[in-house]
Amino acid sequence: MSIGTGTDLGGTGLGGVGVGGAGTGGSDPASEPIGGPLQPPVLAPGRARRMQLPRSPKIVAGLVILIVFLIMAIVGPIVAPYDPSASLSTTNGTPQPPSAAHWLGTTQTQQDVFSQLLVGARSTILVALLSGVAATILSVLIGVSAGYLRGRWADDFLSMLANFFLVMPALPLLIVIFGFLPPSQNTDDVLIGLIIAITGWAWGARVLRAQTLSLRSRDYVESARIIGERGWRVIGFEILPNLAPVVASSFLFTVLYGVGTYTALAFLGLINPLHWSWGSMLFEAQGSSAEISGYWWWYIPPGLAVAFLGTSLALLNFGIDEFINPRLRAAGVTRRRAKKAGDKGLPRRFELGVTPVVRTTAPGSTPAAAGAAMADRTQEQPS
Amino acid sequence: MRIIIRRLAFYIATAILAVTVVFFIPRLMPGNPVEAVLAQLHGTVTPATIRSLELQYGLNNPEGLWGQYLTYWSHLLHGNLGVSTSYYPSTVTSVIRSALPWTLGLVGVATIISFVLGTLLGILVAWRRGTWLDNLLPATTFFQAAPYFFVAFLALDLFSTRLGWFPSGRAYGQLDFPGWNAAYIGDVLDHAILPAATIVLCSAAGWIVGMRNVMVTTMDEDYVLVAMAKGLAKRRVVWYAARNAILPSVSGFSLAIGFVVSGALLTEIVFSYPGLGWILLQAVGARDYPLLQGIFLIITFAVLLANLAADSVYVFLDPRTRQEA
Repeated sequence: MSIGTGTDLGGTGLGGVGVGGAGTGGSDPASEPIGGPLQPPVLAPGRARRMQLPRSPKIVAGLVILIVFLIMAIVGPIVAPYDPSASLSTTNGTPQPPSAAHWLGTTQTQQDVFSQLLVGARSTILVALLSGVAATILSVLIGVSAGYLRGRWADDFLSMLANFFLVMPALPLLIVIFGFLPPSQNTDDVLIGLIIAITGWAWGARVLRAQTLSLRSRDYVESARIIGERGWRVIGFEILPNLAPVVASSFLFTVLYGVGTYTALAFLGLINPLHWSWGSMLFEAQGSSAEISGYWWWYIPPGLAVAFLGTSLALLNFGIDEFINPRLRAAGVTRRRAKKAGDKGLPRRFELGVTPVVRTTAPGSTPAAAGAAMADRTQEQPS
Repeated sequence: MRIIIRRLAFYIATAILAVTVVFFIPRLMPGNPVEAVLAQLHGTVTPATIRSLELQYGLNNPEGLWGQYLTYWSHLLHGNLGVSTSYYPSTVTSVIRSALPWTLGLVGVATIISFVLGTLLGILVAWRRGTWLDNLLPATTFFQAAPYFFVAFLALDLFSTRLGWFPSGRAYGQLDFPGWNAAYIGDVLDHAILPAATIVLCSAAGWIVGMRNVMVTTMDEDYVLVAMAKGLAKRRVVWYAARNAILPSVSGFSLAIGFVVSGALLTEIVFSYPGLGWILLQAVGARDYPLLQGIFLIITFAVLLANLAADSVYVFLDPRTRQEA
């Protein structure tokens, strides 16, 4: 019996919902006819395509924000003007609003919020990246093996394991685990990241399994097998390279999940509050009722930082989704942009039944070429 | 029907696994949970309570691991989750029972609203793609990425502290329960609007993007083109496409519901809403292990039930699953 692997839970249609995991699993490039001369990009991740990837404004914006945060994580604790845990004045009991001395104001105990934000960046981002890497390794190992061993008991077992972890609510489980963790160990970023990864790999494994299933029956994989290539070689050299966009998307998704989960755990006070992260800043702010007393400078910086870090990861994820599914790309082309491209033949609004697909243009060509590529697809439409 | 029974079997297996995990975590973790608990109780416990805690966490227990496991199950099936140490001497069951209705009401209603609203908006955005509605998507990305409780902070600061439109927390104004009269119900609703709006705002984003992405793909199918060519009203064509596009949303429910419930619990904390999230915070603060475990089990069971409901809706929506049987 293989539970949840086929029709019963819509194995391929899962990615459409949830945090940031938009549409990756929802569109199986193998089973779905993509119009025009365009091949499913998953099949041909050649060098030229990889070069084009950063062109999408979503990817550029996501990358820029992410790099800013990465720099913050690296240099933050070094350039922080104050010790984040030090009370800078023992006489004053109310948080001070932003000033020249304290750019983001102070907390109830007169700690510098700006320094906490800079110091907290490292732990937050480190835990998120670690959990992303660990969960992605787990999901590739489990998802690809399950897909490659389709139908055998190992596939059934691994799929069932993934389904268990998908259905079981992750945060409450983590709360129980961290609750029992002795306080001396809950400030270890590596350990925190690994524990979060245990609950975060299942989604990626499932999407990768579905994708591997569709790849393993392709002709080139079949022929590699018939030639007599070994299993690990088929997986490593024929299947895995073509899973790259899905792996990347699953990695970003788990990093996003790691940020949110670590922040939530610290917000609940399960991590030692003196181990500064954005979540522990929010824990302190909530403990002193910063939101009811109007101390906005205390809780808005860490909250916004988490939100923007998450947004940048989600934007990158969207970019990859559009890379995988050209229709999503076309849907974002507005009339105005098409007009700017100098195309008059475009309909006033895209009609149902036909979505123009933006043809991937050669490097150096003008946007007009993209518009023209759209037009030849829209001509099929009933007028 | 067969498919529902298969799913039911899977959920029962998941529930058994959850109970097993909760049983083993305290036994596998380093440290002594009983000492941590006793430190919280400050000498207010009888030796009998200490003994029962020791038995619960497998210390000096003559039964052996398997025997303890069976005893745990037997207690669980009798509704006995142990004694809460932070609400001592209340039992975990009674503490959860007093909080559960608030969470079910708030989170249940908010989740349904956000699913319906998000799905409808997703259809609309996909249908009118290329118009100003596309600008909605970056905003949803932000709310998807922002922690629920941060949005709750903002809502509370803005609408309660600064504008004074809504009460600043708790589920009702009076201290004691005045009975089910109109004033009380109005008061409860007044207190629920802001937390519910926060949950809807944050969770709807996921449904919008998911529905929109599937819808964009579905609207390219040949049957949609045929329906258009036949001259059916556009509304009707969109309805046909949407009925098919909604399937992944419903089947992806299992992934999303865990996120929504977790986020909603944290929202409750910000609003001091007396539901499971709030007692969860108390339990974490006081290292109340029996209560933590009880809350985990209750949330897991609730999520599994919600999944079963979603699966039933799926069978209702997708005739193919019914033909198989």
